[in-house]
Amino acid sequence: MVDLIYQLFPYAIAFTIPLLITSLGGLFSERSGVINIGLEGLMLMGMFVGAFTITRIEMTNPATAVWIGLLAAVFFGALFALLHAFACVTLNANQVISGIAINMIASAVTVYLARLITGSGNVQIIRGMSRVTIPILSEIPVLGRLLFTQTYATTWLVLFILAFATFLLYKTRFGLRLRACGEHPHAADSAGVNVYLMRYMAVMISGACAGLGGATFIVTLSGEFNGTAAGLGFLALAALIFGQWKPWGILGATFFFGFASTIANVSQVIPVLSQIPGIYLKTFPYVITLIALVLSSKSSQAPKAVGEPYDKGKR
Amino acid sequence: MKTKVRVKKDLYMSLFAVLLGLIAGAILMTATGNNPFDGFYFLFRGGLMNIERIGNTLATATPLIFAGLSVAFAFKTGLFNIGGAGQMLIGGLCATAIGLTFDWPKPILLSVILVAALIGGALWASLPGLLKARFNVHEVVSTIMMNWIAYWTVFYLVPQYFKGPFLETESQRIPAAASLKVPWLTSLFDGSYINLGIFLAVVFVAIIAFILERTTLGYELKAVGYNRDAAEAAGISVNRNIIFSMSIAGALAGLGGATFYVGFASNMQIGVLPAQGFDGIAVALLGANSPWGVFLAALFFGLLHTGKGFMNAMTSIPPEIADTIIATIIYFAATSVLIERNWDKINKIRLDFMIRKREAEQLEADSGGE
Amino acid sequence: MNHIVEMVDIRKEFPGVVACDDITFKVKKGEIHALLGENGAGKSTLMNILFGLYQQDSGSIYLRGDKVSITNPNIANDLGIGMVHQHFKLVHNFTVTENIILGLEPTKAFMINTRSAFARISDLSKQYGLNVDPDALISDISVGMQQRVEILKMLYRDAEILIFDEPTAVLTPQEVQEMMKIMRGLIDEGKTIILITHKLREIMAIADRCTVIRWGKVVGTVNTEDTSEEKLAEMMVGRKVLFELNKKEAHPRKEILSIEELSVSGSAGRKGLKNFTLGVRCGEIVGLAGIDGNGQKELVEAIIGLRKADSGRIMLGDEDISTLSIRERIETGLAHIPEDRHKHGLVLDYTVQENMILKTYYREPYSSKGLLDWSFIYEHAENVIRDFDIRAGEGADSLARSLSGGNQQKAIVGREIDSNPDLLIAVQPTRGLDVGAIEYIHQRLLEQRDQGKAVFMISLELDEILDLSDRIAVIYNGELVDIVDADKTDENEIGLMMAGGKRGVAT
Repeated sequence: MVDLIYQLFPYAIAFTIPLLITSLGGLFSERSGVINIGLEGLMLMGMFVGAFTITRIEMTNPATAVWIGLLAAVFFGALFALLHAFACVTLNANQVISGIAINMIASAVTVYLARLITGSGNVQIIRGMSRVTIPILSEIPVLGRLLFTQTYATTWLVLFILAFATFLLYKTRFGLRLRACGEHPHAADSAGVNVYLMRYMAVMISGACAGLGGATFIVTLSGEFNGTAAGLGFLALAALIFGQWKPWGILGATFFFGFASTIANVSQVIPVLSQIPGIYLKTFPYVITLIALVLSSKSSQAPKAVGEPYDKGKR
Repeated sequence: MKTKVRVKKDLYMSLFAVLLGLIAGAILMTATGNNPFDGFYFLFRGGLMNIERIGNTLATATPLIFAGLSVAFAFKTGLFNIGGAGQMLIGGLCATAIGLTFDWPKPILLSVILVAALIGGALWASLPGLLKARFNVHEVVSTIMMNWIAYWTVFYLVPQYFKGPFLETESQRIPAAASLKVPWLTSLFDGSYINLGIFLAVVFVAIIAFILERTTLGYELKAVGYNRDAAEAAGISVNRNIIFSMSIAGALAGLGGATFYVGFASNMQIGVLPAQGFDGIAVALLGANSPWGVFLAALFFGLLHTGKGFMNAMTSIPPEIADTIIATIIYFAATSVLIERNWDKINKIRLDFMIRKREAEQLEADSGGE
Repeated sequence: MNHIVEMVDIRKEFPGVVACDDITFKVKKGEIHALLGENGAGKSTLMNILFGLYQQDSGSIYLRGDKVSITNPNIANDLGIGMVHQHFKLVHNFTVTENIILGLEPTKAFMINTRSAFARISDLSKQYGLNVDPDALISDISVGMQQRVEILKMLYRDAEILIFDEPTAVLTPQEVQEMMKIMRGLIDEGKTIILITHKLREIMAIADRCTVIRWGKVVGTVNTEDTSEEKLAEMMVGRKVLFELNKKEAHPRKEILSIEELSVSGSAGRKGLKNFTLGVRCGEIVGLAGIDGNGQKELVEAIIGLRKADSGRIMLGDEDISTLSIRERIETGLAHIPEDRHKHGLVLDYTVQENMILKTYYREPYSSKGLLDWSFIYEHAENVIRDFDIRAGEGADSLARSLSGGNQQKAIVGREIDSNPDLLIAVQPTRGLDVGAIEYIHQRLLEQRDQGKAVFMISLELDEILDLSDRIAVIYNGELVDIVDADKTDENEIGLMMAGGKRGVAT
């Protein structure tokens, strides 16, 4: 049993990280007052751009290809999110519909482009990111084996971003203003905060994070773009809600979901786990999110103004 | 009751969104080195060039009509049903399960299949309705969750109980008696996919239009949708209407699932959320949430989806161009406030003018009477 | 002349309306200058332009003699202009300090330096006698306190020109006195105040000068010493205003509404209702006075059925309605003009005819066997439109949204009175309306009384209560303070009762 946990842990973490960073992106967007149902599409865009960039350059730059791929995914994720920001912030569009459009555009355009490149629509990278065991830290009993063996560099990057995001949201000027925009945009505006600009930035940050999440998934777990994010973006959205729009809550929620999904994925081959029907493990994150929504219905921590277009004229 | 002005405005806005969608498609084709005129020519030709293709367009449009009606109906009650895909899956699962289990005469079997799909979809959607009514859980989030619960339910149940002979990822083929396809219709359209579903769809479009415009039920549902608080203060039971509305929306999507899985197709694939569930949102938006608007919009999207394969065969343009156009249309439909704003500006001036005219007439009538 | 603010020929148009029609407005340093006008006259728009929330289409602004361009609130702040909005702009889950520093945060090593801000806010609070706790969460403090936070926000930004938008709407007469003291204190410290209001008495009490605006145009600027309430009212409305309503003697009969020992719990953060007992008789208007948030909302919701009663009874005629559904209560003879007409009164996206049947659509002759009879519904709506003088461009086919505020309210009043109710509950029936519509609706309420029906009116406008009511009940902290005959009391006494003081006992 203990061995099993040691075995599963690296996979669970690897599965958690793309969810975590995407969910964190969603946090910025929603804390600024913009619902982001488009996380799935933004992730998919990151997957495509990441895979595409890496296949172009991995022959010539084998050492840096993965990192350039991640960077490209971040950039194009942010750029693509601009479309959502433009609709939601400048045009006062319905944020849910715009998010759905983002998902559909991403899935249509990426597959369209992928087909032009490969015909089949699948883009496969040759070498993903390699796992490393961190020298000294991995010697720590229990924790060393759980956390510091066979890890990806992206894991540490994302955890660093998590810590940084928490600092940014709660300790800095930027964070105070961003949260004000999500709670009471008119108050922010009359205090001289540019609500439109804050929301544009927040939505683009969510695009960059989701792009990174998608590309991370490609270079660590799947190795291939195949035209779908398989609901990962929606899982990240569920984690955002289950984590009650708080960075550390999101960490807990994504790890929870990541572990459950990992167990479901491997339960076929591990006898102990095959007792649990996969259907329960796979539907678990969604069911528990529904339950969380019911339980928190009286005291939801959702930003007050999320989903409302900010219209200067209406006051 | 819609005023003429509103219908006209909706029509213009929809046509404008379509135009922008087509332009976006043209830009994408051009940017990837293709001739957009060729592309559109083969795209539309592929959906209309012969009786078989026309049949396929209608068959493709059928589940879209149901999915669009589902979204539009819920929207009338102010609810955003993103769960069409999941409700279709459950409706399809119920239909397939019955079709594969019972060996009854076709009329009876089909009736039971349709009723089962309808109930399945209705129940699946009633839960988000209940959560919304009872706990004020946002239906957008809960229907998304329900989509993925449906996805994994089908993913595990189909291989376990209805596994096909060849592939792990699909169910057995349903028998002819359980299919909405009928020989006379198939041969009338030269062997196309068309099936009884299209007639069912037209009937339901008419029923929904009637419910919304003429009945007290429709009046209540819309009142709740436009203004929940005012409806409640006026004595309308908001919670009951929300659950009701979601259930009817789910029933429509469930029927759509039946027309897809036991009409258009003959078995169920696992690991796919039916795209019609989301296309239904585009259909509803483009159809301005009116039943007959939904019907027309679904036919248009059916045409795009049917023609895309032919276009792909005749040019080097990937078929996803159709999906790109649809997705872009949703985007522009969402952002149509730009157009709306100007439209309202013109309309406001017109209304002010009419008030003044009425007042002047009143004045004249008053002075004439003295 | 030493003008600190000069707005010259300011013009601002919105789709369909000219909000400011070449307005020229000048304020002297160190004065309290009132800006008077009816709702929609353009005074808020003008001030939002001065505060940088809107940009004028044409015209110029001079501050201390220099031409300025105020394109956003930041620039207004830099120029020393601050504004307390009618609806406070405070983030509910931020602390007082966080709200005050928002947009102007002192930082140290990229982090917000709350400590330095805290000290400064404490000092300011002491200097002006505001008595605010900088660490409190906004959601935990009272409305009056929140207003002081708004004032601190301006002071923190070193504002010299302070704009107050209807600051007394949420205060008791006694709190108003205190507010005026704070304002005088600000003037003594060298500030200049612009006071947006429609309350004539307050202008006469505190302002030095007053500019009156009507339909987006300046009617004139006068010294308050040289004018009177009557003259100001006439300037504001454009004709002589009857301060006296045509009110006949009341002939009350049997009691129709009896509220007995009613207790209701409040929503989060609000007081509920405790052992509330009150009766309303046929043929009289009972007015309920009180400061906002003292249980009026809970009382109304309990009577019409939106909120459950914890204990006690509500009798309408001979029937206990406290356990009935909303619809059953309506059928028993209850009508309701809600406080918020957009939220509870109308379905804005329905046409006028559809709104007219909101409570009756399921009954014959509007429908039968679940099918609506549109031709009858149309005719019915046209009748109400005629009877209640509702101006709508397309008649019964007009969207409720396209009507002006006054006509929307007339439509609601029409619908409710047309249902021939035994008891009409009117909550803030004239809020936000112009004088013409106010007079019309008051007249209709009196007619209802004269026909032997009961009217129960809840209002925050003390004048309205005093003018219309036959008896006045006062609510404080969820309890009935007292009920008195309208002709045997005055504003002062009611004001004291609104603050919780019993009759004849000074607090």
